[in-house]
Amino acid sequence: MNVILDNFSLYRDGFLQTLKICALAAVGALVLGTVVAGFRVSPVPPLRWVGTAWVTVFRNCPLTVVLFFCAFGLPEIGVNGAYFWFGVTGLVLYTSAFVCEAVRAGVNSVPAGQAEAARAVGLTFGQSLTSVVLPQALRTVVPPLGSVIIAMIKNSAIVGAFGVGGDLFAVGDTLTSARGEAALPVLTGVVLGYLAITIPGGLLLGLLERKVAIAR
Amino acid sequence: MSEETTDRPMIRMAAVDKFFGQLHVLKKISLDVPKGQVVVVLGPSGSGKSTLCRAVNRLEPIDSGVIEVDGRPLPSEGRDLARLRAEVGMVFQSFNLFAHKTILENVTLAPVKVRGQAVPDARKTGLELLERVGIADQADKYPAQLSGGQQQRAAIARALAMRPKVMLFDEPTSALDPEMVQEVLDVMTALAADGMTMLVVTHEMGFARKAAHRVIFMSDGEVVEDGTPAEFFTAPKSARAKDFLGKILTH
Repeated sequence: MNVILDNFSLYRDGFLQTLKICALAAVGALVLGTVVAGFRVSPVPPLRWVGTAWVTVFRNCPLTVVLFFCAFGLPEIGVNGAYFWFGVTGLVLYTSAFVCEAVRAGVNSVPAGQAEAARAVGLTFGQSLTSVVLPQALRTVVPPLGSVIIAMIKNSAIVGAFGVGGDLFAVGDTLTSARGEAALPVLTGVVLGYLAITIPGGLLLGLLERKVAIAR
Repeated sequence: MSEETTDRPMIRMAAVDKFFGQLHVLKKISLDVPKGQVVVVLGPSGSGKSTLCRAVNRLEPIDSGVIEVDGRPLPSEGRDLARLRAEVGMVFQSFNLFAHKTILENVTLAPVKVRGQAVPDARKTGLELLERVGIADQADKYPAQLSGGQQQRAAIARALAMRPKVMLFDEPTSALDPEMVQEVLDVMTALAADGMTMLVVTHEMGFARKAAHRVIFMSDGEVVEDGTPAEFFTAPKSARAKDFLGKILTH
């Protein structure tokens, strides 16, 4: 296990890089996914079509392909930037489809009477969604969203593998391939790094779930 | 009151048709409700009376015909429809109070969001309304902590907070335990006495006799009888109304 302690600063930097990718992508995917979910439940047909198409495309494409599209396809149409941002963008696009479906399930779990009452007092569709339906959907949405975000954290390893570099997964790659260290201890360190994000993340979600519980 | 305001009905329905798939739930309904009138809609289940009530603020879109509220045709969607709904109060069978908000927040949400009222003003009016329906002491509780009767009174206060021109009641006491029916009917009776225009779908014959100016009896999507409570209860004209009254008044 010395290899972990000897390369602690490398691990630490990798951990922080993964944390950064995940935090940015989580915020992006949650916001974008909720907006797309709003499209999918909207009374306006064209918005529903956009939402459905979005989910169909990004939920059904392999993440690796989405990432390659971002990293190599976007520059071909004139969008240039750091690989880091292409990586985050790909992760956001892909994850937003899953966030959308979790949020939509939550919206559908709110009794129809709540939205009817909101409309009956004169709230517009947007107001009824943001003031009445989504706050109540949150309760049912937290557990599945937690799974989506944890899957996203693990998927961030693919972002690392395809070239952002410097994240936890890349640390493992560097130590085993470039420096010839034994795989088992190196990868154990990598696993511990991921668990250090996902397990506290899961605990936080549990807290959040209890906090947003609503008596009916 | 001027001629102009008394002449124009608060609710006007003309040749309204509505289908649920093959089922013809509203058949060429024409109905005018003048300002200040309390109309009770009676009828067996499946007669279309709830659909009629829900059509007035377009919670149920209709397939053909015209519905006007205070002289304005119902807009089909969007902000215009939201604006019209703000002026039409609605009370549901299952209360539908916003589960994640306190009773007072339920009452203040729309005045703040829709009318742009300042929160302190909305709270003040909200508390007065809760006082009026007798549950001011429940203001900071959540709906699930209240009895059904209290929840329904809160729902009435929520609708009144928008200062509606007309109130729709869709079986407001049907989901209540028997001992709580009266407290809700009392609030509705007081509202009727204050001159509110009301369209009330209910099975409460006592309320229909006491508070209604007019009784409409529906069956199979049609208005079968339309008259004063006295006429309807003592001398129903149609066989269907006689049959209905026979079933509910015998016990």
